[in-house]
This record gives sequence, structure tokens and C-alpha cells, in this order.
Amino acid sequence: MVTTGCVYFRPGIAKAFLAVLALAVISVAQGAERSPPTADHSKFEALKGPFEDATEVTEACLGCHTEAADQVKDTTHWTWLYDHQETGQQLGKSKVINSFCGMPVTNEARCTSCHVGYGWEDMNQPPPQADSAVDCLVCHDTTGDYWKFPTLAGHPTYVSREWPKGSGNLVQPPDLTNIAQNVGPSGRATCGSCHFYGGGGDGVKHGDLDSSLVNPPKALDVHMSPEGLDFACSDCHSTWGHNVSGSRYQVEAKDTLGIDVPGHTDMTRTTCESCHGASPHEQQKLNDHVDTLACQTCHVPEFARGGVPTKMWWDWSTAGKLDEDGNPITEYDENGHVSYLSEKGNFRHGEDVVPHYAWFDGTVEYTLIDEKLDLSNPPININRIDGGPDDPDSRIWPFKLMRGKQPYDTELGTLLVTHVFGADDTSLWSNFNWQKALEAGSEMSGMPFSGQFDFVETRMYWPIAHMVPPAEQALDCGSCHAAESRLAGVGGIYMPGHDSNIWLDRLGWLAVALTLLGVILHAIARMIFKGRGHS
Amino acid sequence: MSRVMIYKRFERFWHWCQALLIFTLLITGFEIHGSHSWLGFGDAARIHTLAAWALIVLWLFAIFWHFTTGEWRQYIPTKNGLFAVIHYYLIGTFTDAEHPYRKTTRAKHNPLQRLAYLFFKVVISPVIWVTGLLYLFYNDWPATLAGALELEWVALVHTGAAFAMLVFIIAHVYMTTMGHTLTSHIKPMVTGYEDLDQ
Repeated sequence: MVTTGCVYFRPGIAKAFLAVLALAVISVAQGAERSPPTADHSKFEALKGPFEDATEVTEACLGCHTEAADQVKDTTHWTWLYDHQETGQQLGKSKVINSFCGMPVTNEARCTSCHVGYGWEDMNQPPPQADSAVDCLVCHDTTGDYWKFPTLAGHPTYVSREWPKGSGNLVQPPDLTNIAQNVGPSGRATCGSCHFYGGGGDGVKHGDLDSSLVNPPKALDVHMSPEGLDFACSDCHSTWGHNVSGSRYQVEAKDTLGIDVPGHTDMTRTTCESCHGASPHEQQKLNDHVDTLACQTCHVPEFARGGVPTKMWWDWSTAGKLDEDGNPITEYDENGHVSYLSEKGNFRHGEDVVPHYAWFDGTVEYTLIDEKLDLSNPPININRIDGGPDDPDSRIWPFKLMRGKQPYDTELGTLLVTHVFGADDTSLWSNFNWQKALEAGSEMSGMPFSGQFDFVETRMYWPIAHMVPPAEQALDCGSCHAAESRLAGVGGIYMPGHDSNIWLDRLGWLAVALTLLGVILHAIARMIFKGRGHS
Repeated sequence: MSRVMIYKRFERFWHWCQALLIFTLLITGFEIHGSHSWLGFGDAARIHTLAAWALIVLWLFAIFWHFTTGEWRQYIPTKNGLFAVIHYYLIGTFTDAEHPYRKTTRAKHNPLQRLAYLFFKVVISPVIWVTGLLYLFYNDWPATLAGALELEWVALVHTGAAFAMLVFIIAHVYMTTMGHTLTSHIKPMVTGYEDLDQ
């Protein structure tokens, strides 16, 4: 009887087990569950507020998180400086020129609105030294209400303010107390509040980072989608004492460490291989591609797929034209994207853009402000990517190739930076006068300007690593192994289906054709002479 | 005239499987090469690889069969009567001359056939196998080989051999129609039996 009882009881246990299993499966399918926090910040006395100023919130944070400010001030997010180990160049947002608005140093309050701090108004000086100048909320806000106002050098607005200028739209000051009581881990929205808006607007700069990734469908990003794994940026860009891993100056172009096991490897997860390893495909022939192709080359078939266009061409040389009444002009292209602004010149935007492919070993060099340009050989590379087919550390990577025209000094042969932003009598966007804007840019950045300038075509490489769709949407073999190949012109590889020897083909088909011709003639002759021998 | 078994069961099985696999390999191979795009590169490559492995296995059995049965002797080349056969195909066939070669079960291939099949077996096929396996295992080449050889050369030789294979097949298929009737050479390869003058 006992046995019967047991047997009778077992299905119940099995059912319960299955239910637990099903729940576990569902929770995995719906995205990684996160460990509950050990602190409810709304219960902290120090966070009861009210806060006059965001720096007061930081002071409250530092009351418990005593080392956080020092940690943050040690990171590139704070210093905007990066000492490149391979090239010896000093890079970082404080030093490099890009092909968008040039340099932060000539446009401080606007550009430093994305600094992870408050009040960096003079970039010729280091960021403010006070611990309370560190901005905790830009990364740790979970309410979505915290917004660094674009023109206040990192501060949110503390009074009701109009933005964009002239729009009539009033931005209200955020409720700092509520925000402080609801802090949590960084997420796609917090990282994205700066990184999705680089270059002055949504999706402008990167192409694979824009606001569509705050809540992406699975088809746009299988990792970040709430329907998929619901990853935060920091799930891959793992951190160590506030230092975020992953660099666009020194990219890990080929991760040979494979799956990162705690205690055994480098504890960063910024490469695909960190989780997927170096032979992730069931088909061995696909794994055979891993040594030459970055994962993204097949797995990010196009960028800017989320409905937000990215800038592909920016011609500064046409900026400054005004209408008959002396007012700035705005023009749109057939897709409704801005194609001309008096402040900024001509643009071309792209959506669902097929990347540019090139060999890449991860090292990026910049054309810095004192570097003589090779003007006989335009376009000028604003940054240069190293690597080639004979280098075992290189792979073929996808890039957004940003192109456009930028000012340079015709006497000195160097790039120039423009003072674009500011309510003063020199900024380009207020005065539409290049001479004045470039002179101001020279003064602010300390880079010499002879007074003579013109525009030169430039290009800039932006490695593509985000917007990975489910595997079914990866490129198929024929995208490259075909006459019309995505990798046409990359060089250094023999791609069956794309490459061939024209003479071998000519000779081969000639031999085939002659054989066929011989056979046909022989057959015709047989028909003609049929039976004649016996007659 | 006597009705004799000239192509044994295994020989026919081997021949027709090989024919099917070679046609598959030619079609998919030329797609991989970029000459057409019927199946798509990925499927073409998958089928090509599968058919190649199948043909390798078939060949292992066929080699074993040739040596254990002594049938390999059928392919020993001979000059004896070679020019008479060539003369027949170039001229005699139009004047209704008799084929100069008398087939027996121990020498069932005429001298021209022997040469052609020998060339197929010891030149075209081995070149295709060696380059094909190098091609397939390109990523696993040992360093010394990788330093000395490029995939491009392997691919070119493989393609060249494929053209030779295609030429062989066109000529071979045509010549099977040159018996007393159009199908009299083909029938024995199906049934195994042929009527021989003995």
C-alpha cells in the first residue's frame, strides 16, 4: 500500500517540478531576471531632500558610497582623456577632432552637457575638482525624469526652460528627491541619454546606437530587446570600480580568450566571444570564418534599423547661407530628413545602411590638431584603422563610414575646429560667419590658424557592434560569396563564388565548348553518312 | 554470340552512383565557383560537401573491389590497336566499318577507353580529391602548409580539374551512343549483360 501511495504521489511532484522548470524557462525567455537590490533608497534619511541642486544629491550619495567619486574621476567618462598604449597618441573627447561638430573644447557648455559631472565650462582646465561635481544620476536614474539640459555644462535645469530654442516647448526642472530615492543600476536609457545622442541628435553619430534601443523589438537587437534577453549595456560593457569596459580607440578586434570564466580570464564581456566563445556555430564551416570575420560582419547586416536615421554625409562648406530676409534656411529630403541647415550645411541621412567593411586589428589612430594633412590625397581620414589580411590579429569588421567636408587651414595644412555653439558674437550658429567662428575656435583650442581656410573632404570610421538581430537575420553565404559581394574590394582573401581567374574560366569553358562542338559535328556527320557504307 | 555478364552488380552500382554524384558535384561546384546561382551558395556548398564525402566512401569501396577482383587490370594501357580505334571513331564510323575492337570479359575496354578511364582515375579524380580536401580543410592547414600554399591556387587547380571532368563526361556520354544502336553500349551498364562474339 505504501508503494501505491508513493506511485500515486509522484505525478504531483513531477508536475510541481515541471511547473518550476516551465517558469524558469519562461523567465529566461522573457529576459534575465535581476537580483533584487539590498537597499531601498527611498528609506534613506539622506535622500529625503529637498535638493536645490544636483550636486547636493551627489553629496548625499557619497555619504554612503564613499569611494564612488574618486572611482568615477579616474575613468575616461570623467577625464575625457585616453592614453593609447599602441600608438602613443593621447586621445579622448578632450583631444580628438571628429567629423561632426569638431571638438568639445570650442563648444563647451553644449558638449560638456554630456560630461559625467557638473559645471565643466572651460575645457582648457581639467573638470571641476569637487567630489560633488560628479554626476551620479545620469547613469543611475531609473525614473527617466533626469535630463542634463543641453546647454548647462552637465546640470539639469533648475527652472522652467524652453528647448529647443524657439520651439515654445518648456522643460520643467526634474524632481531630484524622487530621482534620488529611486536610483538603481544603469540601463539602456541612462547610457543612451548621452551615447544615443552623440553628434548633436538622436542616432546622428554611431549608426548602431540610437533611441530605438531603449525598448527595441527582438528583430532590432536580440540581446537588448525586452522580448529577448533585455540586456542592459553593462551586461556586456562590464564595469570595474565604475570603469566601463569596451573602447572605440582600442577595440578588441579578435578575442582569443573565448568565453570569460570568472577567475580565469579578464572579467570583461565586451566581445561577442566573451559569452559565445570562438566556435559558436553548429556548422563547422561557419566556425571556419571566425578567424577572418568579426561576428558583427554577418550578424549586423545593416545599421540604423530602428527607424532613427543616422548622418552619413555632413558638408560644412555650405553652412551660412541665409534667405532674402537674412533668416536661416531649413530644407528636407524626400524622406523628411533634414538635408540643409544654415547652421550646419548639407546632410545626407541613412536608414538600414549596409556597412563599409575593412580589415581591422582594433587600433584606431586619429588625425590630431597639429598633424599636417596629405592634401594631395583626399579624402582626409579623420581617424585611421590599422590592420590587414596578413596580420593574425585582424579581422574584417563592419563600419559606418562617415563622410563630409570640414574646414582646414590652407596655409598650415592642418584641420581647423569651429566655434559652433554659444550666445556670443563669434559662434557659427549665431553669426553664420566662418572667419570669426574659426578664429574663435583657434583661440579656444589653442590650435594655430593662419586666417586662410577652405574645406576638404573627410571620412571617419565608426566600428559597428550593436543592433544584432536574431541569428536567422544574419547574412547568408551568398551576401559575400557572389559576384556582387559585400566584401568586394576588401582584399587579401580568396572568396569562392566571388573570386576567380578569368583566364582559367576562359580556357575551361573554351575546352567545354570545343568538346561539345566536336561531339555535335561528329553526331551530324554520323547522321549524314548513316547506311552509306553498305550501299 | 553469347550473352555474358560484363558489368557486375557492384560495378554497375558504383558506376551509376558515381555518375549521379559527379553530376551533383559539377552542378553545385560550378555554383560555388560563381558560374550560376540556382540553389544559393550555402546550400550548394553543403550539398557539394555531402556529395564529395559520399563519393570518397564510394571510391574506397571501388578501390577495394578493383584490387580484390583484379579488375584494375582492365585499365592497363596498351598501344596495341589504339590507332585502329581512333581511326574508327574519326573515319570508320562514317563508312559503316566494323569496330576494330573485340570485347571480352577480361578486356572489356578498348585501348582508347582504357586510356581515357585511366586518365580519369589517376589524374582528374586524384587532383580533384586532393585539392578538394585541402579546400575543405583550409582552416586546419598546418603552419608549414599555410606558409607555402594559398587557397587561391588550390581553388584554381580544383576548378581546372572540374573543367577536365566536364569535358570527360561530355565525350564519355556521347561515345556511349556509338554502339550498333544508340543504346547498345548503355544497356549492359544497366542490365550487366552483353552479347559478345566469342
